[in-house]
Amino acid sequence: MTLLEIAWHFFTVSLVAFGAATSVTPDIHRVLVETRHVMTEEQFAGLFSMSQAAPGTNVMFVTVLGWQVAGLAGALTTTISFLGPTALIALFVERFGTRYRNAKWHISIRRSLAPVTVGLLMSTGYLLQRSAMSPAGVALAIIATAVLTWSKLTPLWLTAVGAILGAAGLV
Amino acid sequence: MAEVGVGEQVAVPSSSLRRAAVSPWRLMRTFALVGLCAFGGVMPWVYRAVVEQEKWLDEREFAEMWSVCMILPGATSTNVAATLGYRLGGLRGASAAVVGLLTPPFIIVLIMAVLYKRYGDVPAVHGAVRGITAVAAGLVFATAVKLAKGQPRKSVVAIFAVAACVGISILKWPLMGVVGALVPVSLAVEWRTAK
Repeated sequence: MTLLEIAWHFFTVSLVAFGAATSVTPDIHRVLVETRHVMTEEQFAGLFSMSQAAPGTNVMFVTVLGWQVAGLAGALTTTISFLGPTALIALFVERFGTRYRNAKWHISIRRSLAPVTVGLLMSTGYLLQRSAMSPAGVALAIIATAVLTWSKLTPLWLTAVGAILGAAGLV
Repeated sequence: MAEVGVGEQVAVPSSSLRRAAVSPWRLMRTFALVGLCAFGGVMPWVYRAVVEQEKWLDEREFAEMWSVCMILPGATSTNVAATLGYRLGGLRGASAAVVGLLTPPFIIVLIMAVLYKRYGDVPAVHGAVRGITAVAAGLVFATAVKLAKGQPRKSVVAIFAVAACVGISILKWPLMGVVGALVPVSLAVEWRTAK
Protein backbone atom coordinates (compact mmCIF):
# COMPACT_ATOMS: atom_id res chain seq x y z
CA MET A 1 0.00 0.00 0.00
CA THR A 2 1.60 3.28 -1.07
CA LEU A 3 1.60 6.36 1.15
CA LEU A 4 -0.78 8.03 -1.29
CA GLU A 5 -3.24 5.15 -1.06
CA ILE A 6 -3.02 5.21 2.73
CA ALA A 7 -3.56 8.96 2.80
CA TRP A 8 -6.56 8.72 0.48
CA HIS A 9 -8.25 5.99 2.52
CA PHE A 10 -7.78 7.71 5.86
CA PHE A 11 -8.92 11.02 4.37
CA THR A 12 -12.13 9.60 2.91
CA VAL A 13 -12.90 7.65 6.07
CA SER A 14 -12.36 10.75 8.21
CA LEU A 15 -15.12 12.53 6.29
CA VAL A 16 -17.71 10.06 7.56
CA ALA A 17 -16.32 9.91 11.12
CA PHE A 18 -19.28 11.69 12.69
CA GLY A 19 -19.77 11.58 16.43
CA ALA A 20 -16.57 9.80 17.35
CA ALA A 21 -13.41 9.05 15.39
CA THR A 22 -13.35 5.47 16.64
CA SER A 23 -16.71 4.86 14.97
CA VAL A 24 -14.95 4.32 11.63
CA THR A 25 -12.63 1.65 13.05
CA PRO A 26 -14.51 -1.21 11.33
CA ASP A 27 -13.92 0.35 7.91
CA ILE A 28 -10.21 0.91 8.57
CA HIS A 29 -10.03 -2.70 9.77
CA ARG A 30 -11.73 -3.87 6.60
CA VAL A 31 -9.18 -2.20 4.34
CA LEU A 32 -5.96 -2.79 6.28
CA VAL A 33 -6.61 -6.37 7.39
CA GLU A 34 -9.18 -7.89 5.04
CA THR A 35 -8.66 -6.19 1.67
CA ARG A 36 -5.01 -5.14 1.57
CA HIS A 37 -3.58 -7.61 4.11
CA VAL A 38 -0.98 -5.12 5.36
CA MET A 39 -1.32 -6.38 8.94
CA THR A 40 -2.75 -9.37 10.79
CA GLU A 41 -5.91 -9.46 12.86
CA GLU A 42 -3.80 -9.76 16.03
CA GLN A 43 -1.59 -6.82 15.13
CA PHE A 44 -4.62 -4.65 14.44
CA ALA A 45 -6.43 -5.53 17.68
CA GLY A 46 -3.29 -5.26 19.82
CA LEU A 47 -2.23 -1.90 18.43
CA PHE A 48 -5.75 -0.53 18.68
CA SER A 49 -6.27 -1.30 22.37
CA MET A 50 -2.70 -0.26 23.18
CA SER A 51 -3.37 3.13 21.59
CA GLN A 52 -6.53 3.51 23.69
CA ALA A 53 -4.44 3.24 26.86
CA ALA A 54 -1.97 5.88 25.64
CA PRO A 55 -2.31 9.51 26.70
CA GLY A 56 -3.90 11.98 24.29
CA THR A 57 -6.82 11.72 21.93
CA ASN A 58 -8.04 8.17 21.32
CA VAL A 59 -7.77 8.89 17.60
CA MET A 60 -4.04 8.12 17.89
CA PHE A 61 -4.98 4.61 16.81
CA VAL A 62 -4.66 5.93 13.25
CA THR A 63 -1.07 6.91 14.08
CA VAL A 64 0.02 3.46 15.26
CA LEU A 65 -1.79 1.72 12.41
CA GLY A 66 0.06 3.98 9.95
CA TRP A 67 3.29 3.18 11.75
CA GLN A 68 2.63 -0.55 11.44
CA VAL A 69 2.10 -0.20 7.67
CA ALA A 70 4.91 2.21 6.73
CA GLY A 71 6.93 3.31 9.77
CA LEU A 72 7.27 6.96 10.73
CA ALA A 73 6.20 8.16 7.26
CA GLY A 74 3.08 6.03 7.58
CA ALA A 75 2.32 7.42 11.05
CA LEU A 76 2.60 11.00 9.78
CA THR A 77 0.52 10.16 6.70
CA THR A 78 -2.43 8.63 8.57
CA THR A 79 -2.41 11.25 11.32
CA ILE A 80 -2.33 14.25 8.97
CA SER A 81 -4.73 12.86 6.37
CA PHE A 82 -7.26 11.80 9.02
CA LEU A 83 -7.15 14.92 11.21
CA GLY A 84 -6.01 17.78 8.96
CA PRO A 85 -8.88 18.20 6.48
CA THR A 86 -11.57 17.67 9.14
CA ALA A 87 -9.95 20.24 11.45
CA LEU A 88 -10.11 22.68 8.52
CA ILE A 89 -13.83 21.96 8.11
CA ALA A 90 -14.37 22.69 11.82
CA LEU A 91 -12.45 25.92 11.40
CA PHE A 92 -14.63 27.01 8.50
CA VAL A 93 -17.76 26.28 10.51
CA GLU A 94 -16.41 28.41 13.36
CA ARG A 95 -15.33 31.15 10.93
CA PHE A 96 -18.57 31.42 8.94
CA GLY A 97 -21.05 30.01 11.44
CA THR A 98 -20.38 32.47 14.26
CA ARG A 99 -22.00 35.50 12.64
CA TYR A 100 -25.33 33.79 13.31
CA ARG A 101 -24.41 32.80 16.87
CA ASN A 102 -27.21 34.89 18.35
CA ALA A 103 -29.87 33.84 15.86
CA LYS A 104 -32.61 31.82 17.49
CA TRP A 105 -32.25 28.90 15.07
CA HIS A 106 -28.52 28.77 15.65
CA ILE A 107 -28.87 28.72 19.44
CA SER A 108 -31.60 26.08 19.18
CA ILE A 109 -29.47 23.82 16.98
CA ARG A 110 -26.54 24.03 19.36
CA ARG A 111 -28.69 23.48 22.43
CA SER A 112 -30.49 20.54 20.86
CA LEU A 113 -27.22 18.74 20.12
CA ALA A 114 -25.98 18.78 23.72
CA PRO A 115 -28.41 16.17 25.17
CA VAL A 116 -27.56 13.77 22.35
CA THR A 117 -23.87 14.31 23.06
CA VAL A 118 -24.42 13.21 26.65
CA GLY A 119 -25.93 9.99 25.30
CA LEU A 120 -23.07 9.38 22.87
CA LEU A 121 -20.63 9.81 25.74
CA MET A 122 -22.51 7.25 27.79
CA SER A 123 -22.23 4.86 24.84
CA THR A 124 -18.49 5.44 24.63
CA GLY A 125 -18.13 4.79 28.34
CA TYR A 126 -20.17 1.62 27.97
CA LEU A 127 -17.97 0.47 25.09
CA LEU A 128 -14.78 1.07 27.12
CA GLN A 129 -16.41 -0.63 30.06
CA ARG A 130 -17.12 -3.78 28.05
CA SER A 131 -13.43 -4.33 27.31
CA ALA A 132 -12.74 -4.35 31.07
CA MET A 133 -15.63 -6.65 31.90
CA SER A 134 -14.36 -8.38 35.06
CA PRO A 135 -16.39 -7.56 38.23
CA ALA A 136 -13.38 -5.76 39.70
CA GLY A 137 -13.03 -3.78 36.46
CA VAL A 138 -16.69 -2.74 36.61
CA ALA A 139 -16.29 -1.78 40.28
CA LEU A 140 -13.22 0.29 39.45
CA ALA A 141 -15.09 2.07 36.65
CA ILE A 142 -18.04 2.86 38.97
CA ILE A 143 -15.74 4.17 41.72
CA ALA A 144 -13.86 6.26 39.15
CA THR A 145 -17.17 7.68 37.85
CA ALA A 146 -18.28 8.71 41.36
CA VAL A 147 -14.92 10.19 42.39
CA LEU A 148 -14.51 12.15 39.16
CA THR A 149 -18.09 13.45 39.21
CA TRP A 150 -18.08 14.79 42.75
CA SER A 151 -14.47 15.80 43.30
CA LYS A 152 -11.90 17.88 41.45
CA LEU A 153 -9.28 15.14 41.81
CA THR A 154 -6.94 14.97 38.81
CA PRO A 155 -7.89 11.88 36.79
CA LEU A 156 -4.20 11.11 36.37
CA TRP A 157 -4.02 9.69 39.91
CA LEU A 158 -6.91 7.33 39.30
CA THR A 159 -5.32 6.30 36.00
CA ALA A 160 -2.14 5.41 37.88
CA VAL A 161 -4.15 3.44 40.45
CA GLY A 162 -5.91 1.59 37.61
CA ALA A 163 -2.61 0.73 35.94
CA ILE A 164 -1.11 -0.56 39.21
CA LEU A 165 -4.20 -2.64 40.12
CA GLY A 166 -4.28 -4.03 36.59
CA ALA A 167 -0.56 -4.85 36.53
CA ALA A 168 -0.98 -6.66 39.86
CA GLY A 169 -3.70 -8.77 38.25
CA LEU A 170 -6.49 -7.40 40.48
CA VAL A 171 -8.76 -5.93 37.76
CA MET B 1 -20.70 31.97 34.37
CA ALA B 2 -24.42 32.61 34.44
CA GLU B 3 -24.19 36.01 32.81
CA VAL B 4 -22.33 34.59 29.81
CA GLY B 5 -25.13 32.11 29.22
CA VAL B 6 -27.76 34.82 29.46
CA GLY B 7 -25.76 37.22 27.28
CA GLU B 8 -25.70 34.60 24.60
CA GLN B 9 -29.46 34.45 24.36
CA VAL B 10 -29.89 38.19 24.14
CA ALA B 11 -28.74 39.79 20.90
CA VAL B 12 -25.77 41.63 22.41
CA PRO B 13 -22.22 41.31 20.97
CA SER B 14 -21.36 37.64 20.67
CA SER B 15 -19.41 36.14 23.53
CA SER B 16 -16.31 35.73 21.36
CA LEU B 17 -16.07 39.51 20.99
CA ARG B 18 -16.06 40.05 24.72
CA ARG B 19 -13.10 37.73 25.14
CA ALA B 20 -9.48 38.89 25.19
CA ALA B 21 -7.19 37.25 22.64
CA VAL B 22 -5.03 34.42 23.94
CA SER B 23 -1.48 34.06 22.60
CA PRO B 24 -0.69 31.08 20.35
CA TRP B 25 2.00 29.97 22.82
CA ARG B 26 -0.46 29.86 25.68
CA LEU B 27 -2.87 27.82 23.54
CA MET B 28 -0.12 25.46 22.44
CA ARG B 29 1.10 25.00 26.01
CA THR B 30 -2.38 24.40 27.39
CA PHE B 31 -3.30 21.87 24.71
CA ALA B 32 0.12 20.18 24.84
CA LEU B 33 -0.38 19.64 28.57
CA VAL B 34 -3.83 18.21 27.87
CA GLY B 35 -2.39 15.91 25.19
CA LEU B 36 0.31 14.77 27.58
CA CYS B 37 -1.93 14.04 30.58
CA ALA B 38 -5.11 12.86 28.92
CA PHE B 39 -5.78 9.17 29.29
CA GLY B 40 -8.89 7.50 27.91
CA GLY B 41 -10.34 10.21 25.71
CA VAL B 42 -9.00 13.71 25.66
CA MET B 43 -12.26 15.68 25.95
CA PRO B 44 -12.68 15.40 29.75
CA TRP B 45 -9.20 16.88 30.07
CA VAL B 46 -9.94 19.61 27.56
CA TYR B 47 -13.01 20.40 29.66
CA ARG B 48 -10.91 20.69 32.83
CA ALA B 49 -8.34 22.92 31.16
CA VAL B 50 -10.68 25.15 29.15
CA VAL B 51 -13.64 25.51 31.52
CA GLU B 52 -12.36 24.80 35.04
CA GLN B 53 -8.79 26.11 34.89
CA GLU B 54 -8.45 28.74 32.14
CA LYS B 55 -12.16 29.71 32.19
CA TRP B 56 -12.07 30.43 28.46
CA LEU B 57 -15.62 29.06 28.09
CA ASP B 58 -18.46 28.35 30.50
CA GLU B 59 -20.09 24.92 30.76
CA ARG B 60 -22.87 25.60 28.31
CA GLU B 61 -20.62 27.21 25.70
CA PHE B 62 -18.29 24.27 26.02
CA ALA B 63 -21.11 21.75 25.68
CA GLU B 64 -22.31 23.52 22.55
CA MET B 65 -18.85 23.74 20.98
CA TRP B 66 -18.27 20.12 21.86
CA SER B 67 -21.56 19.05 20.31
CA VAL B 68 -20.88 20.89 17.07
CA CYS B 69 -17.35 19.45 16.90
CA MET B 70 -18.70 15.99 17.64
CA ILE B 71 -21.26 16.15 14.86
CA LEU B 72 -18.67 17.46 12.39
CA PRO B 73 -16.51 14.75 10.81
CA GLY B 74 -13.08 13.88 12.20
CA ALA B 75 -11.76 13.72 15.76
CA THR B 76 -13.82 15.73 18.24
CA SER B 77 -10.82 16.86 20.28
CA THR B 78 -8.87 18.10 17.27
CA ASN B 79 -11.94 19.93 15.98
CA VAL B 80 -12.39 21.58 19.38
CA ALA B 81 -8.72 22.60 19.46
CA ALA B 82 -9.03 24.14 15.97
CA THR B 83 -12.34 25.87 16.79
CA LEU B 84 -11.33 27.22 20.19
CA GLY B 85 -7.85 28.15 18.96
CA TYR B 86 -9.42 30.09 16.13
CA ARG B 87 -11.96 31.80 18.37
CA LEU B 88 -9.31 32.90 20.87
CA GLY B 89 -6.29 33.48 18.64
CA GLY B 90 -7.17 33.39 14.94
CA LEU B 91 -5.48 31.10 12.44
CA ARG B 92 -2.23 31.08 14.39
CA GLY B 93 -4.13 30.16 17.51
CA ALA B 94 -5.90 27.31 15.72
CA SER B 95 -2.63 25.88 14.36
CA ALA B 96 -0.94 26.25 17.74
CA ALA B 97 -3.74 24.47 19.60
CA VAL B 98 -3.90 21.57 17.12
CA VAL B 99 -0.11 21.09 16.98
CA GLY B 100 0.06 21.35 20.77
CA LEU B 101 -2.70 18.80 21.24
CA LEU B 102 -1.28 16.21 18.83
CA THR B 103 2.51 16.37 19.11
CA PRO B 104 3.07 14.90 22.61
CA PRO B 105 0.69 11.93 22.15
CA PHE B 106 2.07 11.33 18.65
CA ILE B 107 5.57 10.85 20.04
CA ILE B 108 4.42 8.89 23.09
CA VAL B 109 2.13 6.53 21.20
CA LEU B 110 4.91 5.62 18.76
CA ILE B 111 7.32 4.90 21.63
CA MET B 112 4.58 2.79 23.22
CA ALA B 113 3.99 0.96 19.94
CA VAL B 114 7.67 -0.01 19.79
CA LEU B 115 7.63 -1.16 23.42
CA TYR B 116 4.29 -2.91 22.99
CA LYS B 117 5.68 -4.93 20.10
CA ARG B 118 8.40 -6.22 22.41
CA TYR B 119 6.59 -6.60 25.74
CA GLY B 120 2.88 -6.78 24.89
CA ASP B 121 2.65 -10.44 25.90
CA VAL B 122 3.78 -9.81 29.49
CA PRO B 123 0.70 -10.33 31.75
CA ALA B 124 1.46 -7.26 33.89
CA VAL B 125 1.46 -5.00 30.81
CA HIS B 126 -1.78 -6.53 29.58
CA GLY B 127 -3.35 -6.05 33.04
CA ALA B 128 -2.21 -2.44 33.29
CA VAL B 129 -3.91 -1.66 29.97
CA ARG B 130 -7.14 -3.19 31.34
CA GLY B 131 -6.93 -1.17 34.54
CA ILE B 132 -6.39 2.07 32.64
CA THR B 133 -9.34 1.24 30.37
CA ALA B 134 -11.66 0.80 33.38
CA VAL B 135 -10.70 4.21 34.81
CA ALA B 136 -11.08 5.73 31.34
CA ALA B 137 -14.66 4.44 31.20
CA GLY B 138 -15.34 6.10 34.58
CA LEU B 139 -13.89 9.37 33.34
CA VAL B 140 -16.16 9.35 30.29
CA PHE B 141 -19.25 8.63 32.43
CA ALA B 142 -18.31 11.39 34.87
CA THR B 143 -17.96 13.84 32.00
CA ALA B 144 -21.41 12.89 30.72
CA VAL B 145 -22.88 13.58 34.19
CA LYS B 146 -21.08 16.93 34.50
CA LEU B 147 -22.21 18.04 31.04
CA ALA B 148 -25.80 17.05 31.79
CA LYS B 149 -25.70 19.05 35.05
CA GLY B 150 -24.71 22.16 33.07
CA GLN B 151 -27.81 22.02 30.86
CA PRO B 152 -30.92 24.10 31.62
CA ARG B 153 -33.56 21.33 31.47
CA LYS B 154 -32.27 18.16 33.13
CA SER B 155 -35.29 15.95 32.33
CA VAL B 156 -35.05 16.73 28.60
CA VAL B 157 -31.34 15.93 28.67
CA ALA B 158 -31.98 12.63 30.46
CA ILE B 159 -34.62 11.50 27.95
CA PHE B 160 -32.49 12.23 24.88
CA ALA B 161 -29.30 10.91 26.45
CA VAL B 162 -30.90 7.59 27.37
CA ALA B 163 -32.50 7.31 23.93
CA ALA B 164 -29.14 7.91 22.21
CA CYS B 165 -27.35 5.46 24.49
CA VAL B 166 -29.95 2.72 24.00
CA GLY B 167 -29.93 3.21 20.22
CA ILE B 168 -26.18 2.92 19.88
CA SER B 169 -25.10 0.58 22.68
CA ILE B 170 -28.04 -1.81 22.96
CA LEU B 171 -29.85 -1.72 19.63
CA LYS B 172 -26.52 -1.19 17.81
CA TRP B 173 -28.02 1.20 15.31
CA PRO B 174 -25.59 3.19 13.13
CA LEU B 175 -24.42 6.37 14.77
CA MET B 176 -25.67 8.65 12.03
CA GLY B 177 -29.11 7.06 12.11
CA VAL B 178 -29.46 7.62 15.85
CA VAL B 179 -28.16 11.19 15.72
CA GLY B 180 -30.21 11.93 12.60
CA ALA B 181 -33.39 10.71 14.30
CA LEU B 182 -32.88 12.34 17.71
CA VAL B 183 -31.52 15.75 16.78
CA PRO B 184 -34.63 16.93 14.85
CA VAL B 185 -36.86 15.95 17.81
CA SER B 186 -34.49 17.60 20.27
CA LEU B 187 -34.42 20.63 18.00
CA ALA B 188 -38.22 20.81 17.94
CA VAL B 189 -38.36 20.68 21.74
CA GLU B 190 -35.67 23.33 22.00
CA TRP B 191 -37.36 25.55 19.42
CA ARG B 192 -40.73 25.44 21.21
CA THR B 193 -39.25 26.24 24.61
CA ALA B 194 -36.77 28.90 23.45
CA LYS B 195 -37.84 32.47 24.07
